[in-house]
Amino acid sequence: MDTPLSHIRNFSIVAHIDHGKSTLADRLIQMTGSLEERDMKDQILDAMDIERERGITIKANTVRLEYDASDGEHYVLNLIDTPGHVDFSYEVARSLSACEGSLLVVDASQGVEAQTLANLYAALDADHEIVPVLNKVDLPAAEPERIKEQIEEVIGLDASDALEISAKTGVGVPAVLEAIVKRLPPPAGGSREEPLKALLVDSWYDTYLGVVVLVRVIDGTLKKGQTIRMMGTEATYRVDKVGVITPRMVEVENLQPGEIGFLMAAIKEVADTRVGDTITDDKRPTATMLPGFKPAQPVVFCGLFPVDAGDFEALRDAVGRLRLNDASFSYETESSAALGFGFRCGFLGLLHLEIVQERLSREFDLDLIATAPSVVYGMTMRDGSEIELHNPADMPEVMKIEEIREPWIRATILTPDEHLGPILKLCQDRRGVQADMSYVGNRAMLVYDLPLNEVVFDFYDRLKSISRGYASFDYQITEYRASDLVKMSILVNGEPVDALSMLVHRAAAEKRGRDMCERLKDLIPKHMFKIPIQAAIGGTVIARETISALRKDVTSKCYGGDATRKRKLLEKQKAGKKRMRQFGKVDIPQEAFIAALKMGDE
Amino acid sequence: MTIHSQPDNALAFPDFGDPGFGVYVHWPFCAAKCPYCDFNSHVRLKGIDEERFVAGFAREIACMRELSGPREVTSIFLGGGTPSLMKPQTVEAVLSAIAGAWHVPDGIEVTLEANPSSVEAERFQGYRSAGVNRVSLGVQALNDKDLRFLGRLHDVAGAMKAIDLARETFPRMSFDLIYARPDQTVDAWTAELEEAIGYAADHLSLYQLTIEEGTPFYGLHKAGKLKVPDNDQAALLYEATQETTAARGLPAYEVSNHARPGAESRHNLTYWRYGDYAGIGPGAHGRLTRAGHKFATVTETHPETWLERVEARGDGITESVELDTEEQADELLLMGLRLREGLDVRRWQSVAGRTLDPAREDFLLRQGFIERLGNDRLRCTSSGMIVLDAVVADLAL
Repeated sequence: MDTPLSHIRNFSIVAHIDHGKSTLADRLIQMTGSLEERDMKDQILDAMDIERERGITIKANTVRLEYDASDGEHYVLNLIDTPGHVDFSYEVARSLSACEGSLLVVDASQGVEAQTLANLYAALDADHEIVPVLNKVDLPAAEPERIKEQIEEVIGLDASDALEISAKTGVGVPAVLEAIVKRLPPPAGGSREEPLKALLVDSWYDTYLGVVVLVRVIDGTLKKGQTIRMMGTEATYRVDKVGVITPRMVEVENLQPGEIGFLMAAIKEVADTRVGDTITDDKRPTATMLPGFKPAQPVVFCGLFPVDAGDFEALRDAVGRLRLNDASFSYETESSAALGFGFRCGFLGLLHLEIVQERLSREFDLDLIATAPSVVYGMTMRDGSEIELHNPADMPEVMKIEEIREPWIRATILTPDEHLGPILKLCQDRRGVQADMSYVGNRAMLVYDLPLNEVVFDFYDRLKSISRGYASFDYQITEYRASDLVKMSILVNGEPVDALSMLVHRAAAEKRGRDMCERLKDLIPKHMFKIPIQAAIGGTVIARETISALRKDVTSKCYGGDATRKRKLLEKQKAGKKRMRQFGKVDIPQEAFIAALKMGDE
Repeated sequence: MTIHSQPDNALAFPDFGDPGFGVYVHWPFCAAKCPYCDFNSHVRLKGIDEERFVAGFAREIACMRELSGPREVTSIFLGGGTPSLMKPQTVEAVLSAIAGAWHVPDGIEVTLEANPSSVEAERFQGYRSAGVNRVSLGVQALNDKDLRFLGRLHDVAGAMKAIDLARETFPRMSFDLIYARPDQTVDAWTAELEEAIGYAADHLSLYQLTIEEGTPFYGLHKAGKLKVPDNDQAALLYEATQETTAARGLPAYEVSNHARPGAESRHNLTYWRYGDYAGIGPGAHGRLTRAGHKFATVTETHPETWLERVEARGDGITESVELDTEEQADELLLMGLRLREGLDVRRWQSVAGRTLDPAREDFLLRQGFIERLGNDRLRCTSSGMIVLDAVVADLAL
């Protein structure tokens, strides 16, 4: 490939969810003729079923566009698609580091949202040139002038030359291509003569091809047959193939400075590749490593158990295979008195957790019980040792603990101001501390510091429901703070249910305990006996509810002609019971474990 | 309550524990559909060709005889629908067809279901002559308002007349009542039940009104236009029923059936003791054992379709499936625990090929829902009987 640096543009699109990022990407692919019309399907870059269904991008994707600009020159445009969701902000950051510029896509009627900000700041952090793009200008509700003002006011970005487009109809998209060439910078520096230096942007496992590594070449040339060295892991591989993604994978002779492409090299697992690593030539290595990235840290943990204990091996196989393609997901075996054998899994956030759960049940056909999500707590013990607590059930004796710390986040919330009151109350109830509040027209921007463990269950659901879906939310983890946390146990019929225990702030414990007991009262069906449900801290019961005994449950008429029907009913009951877990003679439906944690209207 | 020496455990039948072999014949026609009833019953305004149905019954009886092999019949039951709409000659023909197929000893229980509205002295005498020795009358209520609500075609006076006539004509008589009607208080029901016991011979069937899918009541109930007593009130009514009948010498020998000791329905005991029974006629269910294999049979429900099927191929069976041990064990359990005499545990074990879960049994014992009798029997206590379905679900695992 012999494209001069000046004719390469590497760029990303940053946007809030649903503002049209994927549609614009599709349109760019289509207009540059990268795909035949018949190969076009909506949202090409969102390859997974779940991504397409939920309209989100989980893994970074890339596509190389060949573009003949109005200046008569031929350009190569590399688009790296980035995940839009907060859980994957880590992936956003590393994708952005492989580019020099970004298109900032804003919905021309909805305006700036929380993720717009978060992703834009990430792009500015990566020193990107930004081209603002107002999308959906064809809709009647579009107010491009107002949104331009908003962009200038909220972000401080000059929006006077923002492009007005409709990715859906294609109006204005040619101007976007021109702007990429004219307004975004080409890759800086880079010399073909220098030793190979390339950034490992991402890697994934393909069932047919094995591990595919996405790279951005800084210096030198990457070619087939070359022996490369990963400077971080010190592993060496012989390159089997190099190529570009158009979005078909097309093999090329070599990749040169400024270019983005893939390599394959008989790498067994995604875990063998470290994102952010520097790839160099084994015989002629570069002198300096790229700064790299911190590995993604799981921040939310939960236990996943098979409903049918016999499925444990199948679950082990499934989590192992998921891990092949998702190095940010971690797991270790866990055994619960109540739930048997399963896995304690770490996730980047709640959406990540949901996606993994969904993939396990959909792609591997497994029935799972998920326990309460929990954050990672830090503990300093009296004997001076430090502990990381991933599971409330493993909480050491209180007497031995000197200090407990919990992760805090900085949350940005944008909302129409009529919903401000309930949102402030929600943040306050969740131990939030207001850091900033400002207005842009009739939209309020709130910045709150919140403990992550208050957000992890249902904060986002609550926020969406009290703002009728209009508030948007984004966060980043800021620090660990010491906190007065206690372990709250839930006892059903006198027996502690380890899967329901949690760490809560002492001041919130009683209310949380009451909520939990009330919820469980509705979630657990009546039994033949009274069932006390208690929340306790240590030996002290702080809340209690009682499920009254089943008063009457007997079929009045049952003769010879009813035997079959009654037996089938019984078989159904038996199957239903297999999907429940028994604690102190009480059958708890598996849905109850998660549902109990979602707090009701506050 | 002590577990030893339960006198009320002993039934008068010498074949205690022997489930017997019953023959059920379904007459699928009624003069009108009752709004609570989900039985297989049909109204035929143009009349019914009874001779043709008799021929159909006879053919199917012969067919069932092929399936069951030679058996000694312990009871016959003519149910419906409204069998008292049959001509006595029809009943006689059906009974003689049964006697021609299996060995029918003299004096076995032969029951016919009758509606008070269709009672005529002459017909009753005819049924008696044909061999019927027990009638079961669908009285349902002892006040006219509730009878109208239940869609019955008779009034209280008609019911009284039918009861009197039945007692005069047949050696044995039972009648049904439906309780837990809308707004029914415990006091009102107890008074009505006391009155009923006064008219009763030695057997009563007392059913709670249940809202069954596909009935007019179901639609009304769903639309909020029909309110039945809630679970707590239904429980109080059930308990009052047990107390009142026991005090008057008609204790429950099954969830909804009450009799003086010795007057139990032999035929229905066969169902609850999980014996074999041949199901004849449209929509009838059967259980037949051949060479150690138990089969469940079901016939076509639609009367004329059933008839055509029988005429074409000899029987109206649409389904005949072998029950595996687990299915048999479930049926034996759910039927057996309905009885005051309880479940024969040894028999259950030999059917199921395993024992009951000792932890569950022990838990239910300690909670006072079940009790063990000396003769390898397990039964529900009164506090277990009222939640029987939950007890069964717990033990069935």
